[in-house]
Amino acid sequence: MRKDAGRDSTTAERLAALDLPTGGFTAPARAAALARFREMGLPGRRDEYWRFTDPAPLNATSAPEAALFTGLVEPQLFGERDRIVLTFVDGEFDPAQSSPNVAAEGLEISRLAEADRVDLHWAQGLYGVLEAAGQRPVPRPFAALNTAAASDGVLIRATGKVDRPVHLIYVHADTQSDAILHHCVRVEAGAELTVLETGPAAARFSKVMEVDVADGGRFHHIRAQGRDHSRRAITHIFARLGAEALFKSFTLTANGVLTRNEAVITLAGDGAVAHVAGAALGDGATGAFHHDDTVFVTHEAEGCESRQVFKKVLRNGAVGVFQGKILVRQGAQKTDGYQISQSLLLDEDSQFLAKPELEIYADDVKCSHGSTTGAIDETALFYLRSRGVPREEAQSLLVLSFLADAIAEIEDEGLQAEIVGRLENWLARRRKG
Amino acid sequence: MLEIKNLHVKLEEEDKPILKGLDLKVGSGEVHAIMGPNGSGKSTLSYVLSGRDGYEVTDGAASLDGESLLEMEPEERAAAGLFLAFQYPVEIPGVGNMTFLRTALNAQRKARGETELSAGDFLKLVREKAKALKIDAEMLKRPVNVGFSGGEKKRNEILQMAMLEPRMCILDETDSGLDVDAMKLVADGVNALRSKDRSFLVITHYQRLLDHIVPDVVHIMAEGRIVKTGGPDLALEVEQNGYADILAGAN
Repeated sequence: MRKDAGRDSTTAERLAALDLPTGGFTAPARAAALARFREMGLPGRRDEYWRFTDPAPLNATSAPEAALFTGLVEPQLFGERDRIVLTFVDGEFDPAQSSPNVAAEGLEISRLAEADRVDLHWAQGLYGVLEAAGQRPVPRPFAALNTAAASDGVLIRATGKVDRPVHLIYVHADTQSDAILHHCVRVEAGAELTVLETGPAAARFSKVMEVDVADGGRFHHIRAQGRDHSRRAITHIFARLGAEALFKSFTLTANGVLTRNEAVITLAGDGAVAHVAGAALGDGATGAFHHDDTVFVTHEAEGCESRQVFKKVLRNGAVGVFQGKILVRQGAQKTDGYQISQSLLLDEDSQFLAKPELEIYADDVKCSHGSTTGAIDETALFYLRSRGVPREEAQSLLVLSFLADAIAEIEDEGLQAEIVGRLENWLARRRKG
Repeated sequence: MLEIKNLHVKLEEEDKPILKGLDLKVGSGEVHAIMGPNGSGKSTLSYVLSGRDGYEVTDGAASLDGESLLEMEPEERAAAGLFLAFQYPVEIPGVGNMTFLRTALNAQRKARGETELSAGDFLKLVREKAKALKIDAEMLKRPVNVGFSGGEKKRNEILQMAMLEPRMCILDETDSGLDVDAMKLVADGVNALRSKDRSFLVITHYQRLLDHIVPDVVHIMAEGRIVKTGGPDLALEVEQNGYADILAGAN
């Protein structure tokens, strides 16, 4: 990033407005992250990876006000399953809305704010480590800022096959809240874990999740970012996969004036598999919508597979952004890399901006990428209507059809069905106007 | 049942007339076949009747049970009892066949002021109808027409017909792309649906489908009009002599 005086002063102001924890075991990581952040500075529109998304609301010293979404009461997503719940209200842990007992077979959970009072913790080798590694070649200043400034988070370690998913619920209750959470997840060799995340979290939400999946470990991540229209979110997932490890992440985003979800995934062990997918729906009629998926997958080992499947449904001036890269390092032979980003524009006012990239330094690889923008298929629409399905309902079915490939990346059929249910409700509400 | 008078239709974009004064009357319980060479306007007729965009009716009328069809939306025509079995059934990935059938059936029931079918009742009904068409449970679960063979797609069209119980069925080149066994299965499905309250308009290029679905009346269409009408023998005449002789005779 270019250094300039303007950037330095906004960066300094941003930091001055924050209450930076000194940390216990995270102290060295926080100090290093702070230095990294100062060096990088806050991003601007002239930076290569911020051309399509204006970082100004994220750069501001305080969170821009965000109205609460109160119009609709829906049952808690994933609420019917047996799971371990940790609830954060505007970034603050709420024991009353959390599981009293977070212990489970093969699972260790602690809260960052509590664990950070001591100098020793298993997460010491992880906190800020994958984030730091993920700063090259593309700087991610908000992730460094997060590592330095996170007030809390969850440290999860799976040592076996964990049957109950860990569900992080993010409640937004204060119109001016500015939450910064940092999670660390370590899935030990051969272990398996599912992490669910739901809710808007805050007026402005910064979140980093570092995920280290050891050899043969399996990690599943399903997230829904709530329905608040005016909330803003900048999130990062940094993942490192060992040999034969599996990483699958799916994100549903409906509404949100600003969302930037970054995923930085490194396939470090032979035969690792990483799938990252997203379905985003925005309707400018009910509030501005800007959604940005920025993904960077690095193949460092042999015989790994990566898939990026991102779908966006946009209307009434909604904006979708996709910046996705596959980097295949020298020696990462037999790589199978796939990337698809597609948008369905329901009118002519909406916009999809895509920047797919491949960078390959090995000669025996299979990599493909595709990006498309399209409208509703008129032939399919007529087919459905000729069977008696009214136009608006037929259009909803075709939206679900368009999103199907992304949703199919969720392995658990029950979780898939719950996500589809939310989508159906979202679409039905828009049909009623 | 179906009455078409002096129908003139052109393609919206090309300003090209396709149907040029077509008259047709299909009585209740009757099966009519329309045959004709390529480009005679057979498929256009099926699309115009079912309400597809891209066509402009410049003159004439079409009604179902006395109700004018041409002003209705496609879904309203369906609810009124019209059904088009597509020549090329459309694949819809990500939407289960069952979801599709149930959505369609309940939308029609709702439009007619009837109560929607419960999940249990629907399941019972669809299993029963599917069995007769040799459509297995797996095919019902799969996304609409995705990965279906030609025969499976056409059977799926007939299954929709059986579920939706339309009064007027239009079959557009249903025999295209089918081998003899598949065609027989489809024809059996159609024949099982024949009743005194249900009429069929079978559009086909070849006579062979009419060996299995025996029509009451056969029309020959050319240049956007019906040029000759007769009994089932007329189809055999086409099979033996081709269209040229008949068209020459009609002129």
